[in-house]
Amino acid sequence: MNIVANLPVLVIIIPLISALLIPPIGRLNRTFSWYVAISATFLSFLISISLLDTVMANGRISYRLGAWEPPWGIEYVVDYLNSFVLVVVSFIAFIMTVYSKKSVEKEIERSKIPFFYSVYVLLVTGLLGMIITGDIFNLYVFIEISSLAGYTLVAMGKKRDALIASYNYLILGTIAATFILLGIGYLYMVTGSLNMGDLRERLPMLYHSKVVLTAFAFFTVGLSLKLALFPLHIWLPNVYTHAPSVVSAVMAATSTKVGAYVLLRILFSVFTVEFDLHSVPITKILLLLSVLAIIAGSVLAIAQTNIKRMLAYSSVGQIGYIVLGAALANQLAMTGSLLHILNHALMIGALFMVVGAIAYKTGIEEISGLKGMGKKMPLTMAAFTVGSLSMIGIPLTVGFVSKWYLALGALEAGMWYFIPVILVSSLLTAIYFWRIIESIYFGSAESETGHADYALVHNPHPVFGNRGDAPLGMLIPTLLLASLCIVFGIAAFIPVSVATQAAVMLLGAN
Amino acid sequence: MEMIELILGKYNYWIYIALMMIGFYATIAKENLIKKIIGLNIFQTAVFLFYISIGKVDGGTAPILWDKAVLYDNPLPHCLMLTGIVVSVSTTAVALALIIKIYKAYGTIEEDKILEMGEEEKTPTPGSWPQGSR
Repeated sequence: MNIVANLPVLVIIIPLISALLIPPIGRLNRTFSWYVAISATFLSFLISISLLDTVMANGRISYRLGAWEPPWGIEYVVDYLNSFVLVVVSFIAFIMTVYSKKSVEKEIERSKIPFFYSVYVLLVTGLLGMIITGDIFNLYVFIEISSLAGYTLVAMGKKRDALIASYNYLILGTIAATFILLGIGYLYMVTGSLNMGDLRERLPMLYHSKVVLTAFAFFTVGLSLKLALFPLHIWLPNVYTHAPSVVSAVMAATSTKVGAYVLLRILFSVFTVEFDLHSVPITKILLLLSVLAIIAGSVLAIAQTNIKRMLAYSSVGQIGYIVLGAALANQLAMTGSLLHILNHALMIGALFMVVGAIAYKTGIEEISGLKGMGKKMPLTMAAFTVGSLSMIGIPLTVGFVSKWYLALGALEAGMWYFIPVILVSSLLTAIYFWRIIESIYFGSAESETGHADYALVHNPHPVFGNRGDAPLGMLIPTLLLASLCIVFGIAAFIPVSVATQAAVMLLGAN
Repeated sequence: MEMIELILGKYNYWIYIALMMIGFYATIAKENLIKKIIGLNIFQTAVFLFYISIGKVDGGTAPILWDKAVLYDNPLPHCLMLTGIVVSVSTTAVALALIIKIYKAYGTIEEDKILEMGEEEKTPTPGSWPQGSR
């Protein structure tokens, strides 16, 4: 048996089988469940790297499940675009698993830890499956796997509000997935095919058909709900606020990014750029919505007092950037959009990890409680500062690179008026992050003692006292993500070269 | 005449649209969490009906090998809907499990009452973290 040839499917199979193995292994010894989870995500990450490497060297990989020929059987396709997203998502999943050990021990009931890891690995499986599959119905199945795992994980939050957040997420997520299923049905009705590559060949002669337009509408609305594009974002803030820290971090860094990837796939791989630009006013609608998302997300973030909720609204704004780049539909903007998938995953991942570390040490979740935190947890707060600067888009951080490409793309499209939007939103971002950085480093001492007492009263047995950084198991992954925000901000050519090729492929006339 | 043809000839599609809207309405408008899930189930079932309708071929028989058969129905949408049913059942299971936990935490499954309770809890001191601690 040739393992190398089967790598595209192993990236899914390994976490899927591990998810089933974790509960029985966890019965033997609870700590083993974490080891299984981390080996599964690490193997997926290694395979993703090797797939990216192969794709960069030899081009597109097509894998046939059960050796069935593509239009009939399920095909897994790895190309420039999804090998890139695959590496991003599997890397974040692996780092988050490292980070999760301490945080989960604190936030999840001990008897439930094996089940937590089982569902967590299922979430990763679903996300990786959504990325790698070349079959549109298989895509729906993976969307549901990741969503169902997501609902369960969110419901494991400490407060009872988590249950309501999870319930509302379930309702909206299911409506979204059902819309996508209907879209698939309409496409199947006129083409008789479920393979994405095959659909791309068969659809152009049917572009005038009302059935295809209906399918396209269902896809757009369903996916916009999944990736929380502005007016459809209402499920997101509650989910990110009430989920356990690790789950917020993973979902913020990966779930919506994968949703954005699927939107790109449908818009530019199943349908073509010509269809998006000329047959339907979709790019105009998406441009408008993304601008609204960017501005509204930032303004709403300023109004928040809970730090997780603030980051959630900030994510709504950042998703706007990804969609903006896609809707501008030229090579530079698309590169910016793809880069932002990686960059935002790094930044928001690091920020949510810091928030999780603060919650682990002190239990504080409100912005007002962070005063003087810079002295208590210096390294953790350094990571937070780097993440914030990157969100604002200071040069030498990743946030700057993607905004730069988006601005260039807007110029190339002859739509200069998006540049002020990007600038204003950066300014708003600076306002709400500066507020926190100021209280972290320059917070007054009196309120500091007040909150320290408060934390001590409610957290009578702190693990290592109230001072000092988060434990190494949490600190190292956080610092790693934060430093990558700078590494990829300076050595931007590495992700840019991959993203450019992916953008050319998406917009290419193949 | 064309209108009647459109309505009667494709009656299954009309039923699918009607069912879908009934389910969608129940999901959005009902206050009771269980009724919302029932609505969601009707909504998903409507899609199953749609898929099964598109698999029907005029004059086709059930897709089982048979020497008198001239045409077979398309079995693929039916297979897809087997997966769809599994997904729908799992979603319902997760939702019902959630509702049980919500009932234990709030003592009610009426959405308006739960929302009122949520607002009362928010008023105390900032950073009311430890209330739900185990």
